[in-house]
Amino acid sequence: MLDRFTIHQPQSVEEASEMLARFGPDAAVYAGGTELLIVMKERLAHFPHLMDIKRIPGLNALVYDAERRELVIGAVACHRDLERSPEVRDRLPALAALEAAVANVRVRNAGTIGGNLCFAEPHSDPATLLTALDARLTLVAATGTRQIPMASFITGLMETVRRHDEILVSITVPEPAANSGVAYERFKLHERPTAAVAAVITVVEGTIADARIVAGSVGVRPQRLLGTEVMLRGLPAMETSAVTVADFIRDEVEVTGNLFESDPYTRQLARTVGRRAIAAAIRRATGEEGGRLAA
Amino acid sequence: MLLEATVNNRPVSLEIEPRAILLDVLRDHLGLTGAKRSCDTQVCGACTVLLDGSPVSACCTLAYEAGGRTVETIEGLAGPDGLHPIQQAFVDRVAIQCGFCTPGFVLTTKALLAENPCPTRSEIADFLGGNLCRCTGYWNILDAVEDAARRLAAAPTSSQGPSS
Repeated sequence: MLDRFTIHQPQSVEEASEMLARFGPDAAVYAGGTELLIVMKERLAHFPHLMDIKRIPGLNALVYDAERRELVIGAVACHRDLERSPEVRDRLPALAALEAAVANVRVRNAGTIGGNLCFAEPHSDPATLLTALDARLTLVAATGTRQIPMASFITGLMETVRRHDEILVSITVPEPAANSGVAYERFKLHERPTAAVAAVITVVEGTIADARIVAGSVGVRPQRLLGTEVMLRGLPAMETSAVTVADFIRDEVEVTGNLFESDPYTRQLARTVGRRAIAAAIRRATGEEGGRLAA
Repeated sequence: MLLEATVNNRPVSLEIEPRAILLDVLRDHLGLTGAKRSCDTQVCGACTVLLDGSPVSACCTLAYEAGGRTVETIEGLAGPDGLHPIQQAFVDRVAIQCGFCTPGFVLTTKALLAENPCPTRSEIADFLGGNLCRCTGYWNILDAVEDAARRLAAAPTSSQGPSS
């Protein structure tokens, strides 16, 4: 049995923000509840006021902005919405494939993309890929709006830069260029991955011109592997380049120890999924796997 | 707060607290004990019910979320003519041992076949991947879902049970 709370159903983001400011730490934003309700059931936290933001009009919209070549994802779109959206499948097939493999179908029906990012659980699949895709998060409060790059949104273990009175309203994801490839690979034994790597690789005339490589699930937050990125630039756009940098991924990744896996084991997993992600991204960038549009 | 929903094709109206969990309302107030509490964390699928046709974990769903929507539990599947074809396929393929997980498997199967009437074995395994059976009955369960798909394809409108 949960402790008592009041449900509020604000009709606008501004109203929700004002309520959050008024109730302070007694209030929490409630969307899919897949994380929050479990925390409350375990009595790890209690909030006398829950702001159900799902009824705010437009907050679950999924729109492709053709002019800016960006996908704008409403924060309360659930994982299944993303998995099945024609826009996501067309423009960001790697994200659609990732969403189709989040947890299980019940979690995907309830859990929202915004809730996933704001909860900042270290094993989030979307957080890792959206960091590699250079997504931007739009946060709105009654006092104003700001955009934060995904790469600087999560600051630590279940901590983000979101202020208490701010609502994450949308995630903007630039469409990768036609000469780039996107891939996300993970190793998972349970509901959440043990190690994951997202790779976005751009190829010009047979050479890797740019790379964004992000490791997730192994530390407290998604981490860009800047050394690996530098090493990849200039290498031939062939799968062997993934092997060339694999040991470097193992050494560069920052690992937060846990009860279940030793650090060397986690590093080895990061090496393996990293090599696979980079190889797949190269294949997609060079059109060996149907180019950018392959999932 | 007042919860007004359609549960197994019947209108339901009852006073609930905001903190009420859907699984408790179904089991304790409506007497629908087919959905089971097991892991209580959305991992095992024993509490699966369909909310507007989509599988959710009733153990982690606030009851008020069902307001104005339809809820289907295992009790709603069988009709006056007997078991729903999916249930009959599970019986005929011996896809049941202790039965604790079975309502969740059957309802998840119903949702799968509604959106993908002819799934491959691998698509079935993916969709049912969040339902756990600890009697190790997965092989027969996959057989039963394939069988159920064939039965529903053979009689798409007449034998879907009362709640389809």
